Amino acid sequence: MKAFFLALLKSRAGLFGFLLVSLFVLAAILAPYLGLPVPTRSNLLARMVAPTWTGLFSPGAHPLGTDELGRDILSRIVHGSRITLAIAAAAVVLGGIVGTLLGIVAGYYRGIVDRVLMRIVDIQLALPLMLLALLVVAALGPSTRNLVIVLALTSWLRYARIIRGQVLALREREFILSAHAIGAGTWRIMLKHLLPNVMTPALVIATLELARIIIMDAALSFLGLGVQPPNPSWGRMLADGRVYISTAWWIVTFPGIAILLTVLSVNLLGDWLRDHFDPKLRTMR
Amino acid sequence: MTRYLVGKLAESLLALWGVITIVFFVSRVLGDPAVLLLPVGAGQQDLDALRASLGLDRPILEQYLISVLAMVRGDFGISFQHQRPAMDVVLERMPVTATLAGTALVFGTLIGAVAGAIAALKRGTISEFIVMVAALLGQATPVFWLGIMLILVFSVDLGWFPTGGSGTIAHLVLPGLTLSVFVSASIARLLRSSLLDIMREDYVRTARAKGLLPRTVFFWHIARNALIPVITMIGIIAGELLGGSVVIETVFAWPGVGRIIMQAIQAQDFPVIQAGVALVAAIFIVVNLLVDLLYGVLDPRIRRR
Repeated sequence: MKAFFLALLKSRAGLFGFLLVSLFVLAAILAPYLGLPVPTRSNLLARMVAPTWTGLFSPGAHPLGTDELGRDILSRIVHGSRITLAIAAAAVVLGGIVGTLLGIVAGYYRGIVDRVLMRIVDIQLALPLMLLALLVVAALGPSTRNLVIVLALTSWLRYARIIRGQVLALREREFILSAHAIGAGTWRIMLKHLLPNVMTPALVIATLELARIIIMDAALSFLGLGVQPPNPSWGRMLADGRVYISTAWWIVTFPGIAILLTVLSVNLLGDWLRDHFDPKLRTMR
Repeated sequence: MTRYLVGKLAESLLALWGVITIVFFVSRVLGDPAVLLLPVGAGQQDLDALRASLGLDRPILEQYLISVLAMVRGDFGISFQHQRPAMDVVLERMPVTATLAGTALVFGTLIGAVAGAIAALKRGTISEFIVMVAALLGQATPVFWLGIMLILVFSVDLGWFPTGGSGTIAHLVLPGLTLSVFVSASIARLLRSSLLDIMREDYVRTARAKGLLPRTVFFWHIARNALIPVITMIGIIAGELLGGSVVIETVFAWPGVGRIIMQAIQAQDFPVIQAGVALVAAIFIVVNLLVDLLYGVLDPRIRRR
């Protein structure tokens, strides 16, 4: 762990990503205690107030302005990050677990299991992710749980393909053969011997997937299929603010910058993790 | 090579069948189109009659078999909304989507390839830094937000281009630019890391050591091999763009394939959903078959398999 942080300190981009991600996660967790205005409370007397930076700490200040209902944009962005990050993290964990386990099973059993699984991957690859997500959300209804399921569904196959390839190579190594020889069961080999050896690539993929999923979640909300109002979500803020683009540029600008910075920092961290642990993954995505 | 191709073709058909099956069953969960098609207050008798005429009263497996057999013949049914063959409704939108996809691919690939090559060849210079920062920003920017920002600056403030719609070159500029940024950022980063990997290979050192011109080494030994992952990426992006980028088409009111499918999902117009998704998947599969063929050109080892 210490060596990990020492290496991180040496990479400016990696460190920048790590600090920014930590800051966003902290802000999301602490959102209710930051003294921000209530994100869902509208104030029709303060509609579409432009960002003002004077008197920043006075109670009525709106550093990023207010939206068409007079709600504070900064507060909505910070509170929106709670939901966005929670959904994205849950989807990454779900997709990562399913994809990694299926990848191990396919690579270890080979044969018919492997072939069936890889055909399923092929079928899903031919379906554009966005269309698949649209169809499934439309069919299941846009709830938080369904969003997590849909986003995980678009994600599992990236783990499955790469982990399978790694397991195909690992299963011929001596330590697996000797585990076989002393009579270890299939499950024991897969969970105790193979799983720890594919955790690193899985973690690297997970970080890069997190960035992709945050954008996809925002895109779904933008199309009206994400978290439902009055809960703030970044994509929804963009969609609602688009109507007022000619009079109030800030409504539509700041949520986008929030998405950009979050994705950028996660990507920086992910790129560094990949180069640090597993440079070979670079051209494999 | 022939066996390789036949195998690939069989895989493709299997994938297409899988896509159609998934879409058939998922879209049946969407809801009952008969309820949507009839005016509010229509009686149960009208509902039953409409369901019967649409074939929706038969067992689901029978409906599935009938639609798959019809699809094999190229018949995707009549659109509930438009009262015309569903495939025609989707195909009409294809030229508009293809124009946008083609523009973004050509410009995005050119810019991305040049930027990626500069970043790899000028390692450690300010040029590499600029390219990499731009590519990182480009990849982290949500395309739909970039589109809105471009509208804000170039349509609302400067009034140079229309905010949406299609038909003229002026309409094409902003959506084309938006998608090009996304394409070129991905390609620049991938090409750079792919070039750097290949430049470290022993055979490149050998080629240099035996005194070949740097230009020869670059084009014959490095670029050919470094292009393989890039072409895979271009294939995937081309497949996605030709399927119509739903969000970009929404932002720019671009009447393409993505939007017609999105509208069909909202209206529960099953035939159009199926025709649209089948078409999009078929395009994706064909593009990737072409990419597989290109591998053979770039890497003779694959040709002999």
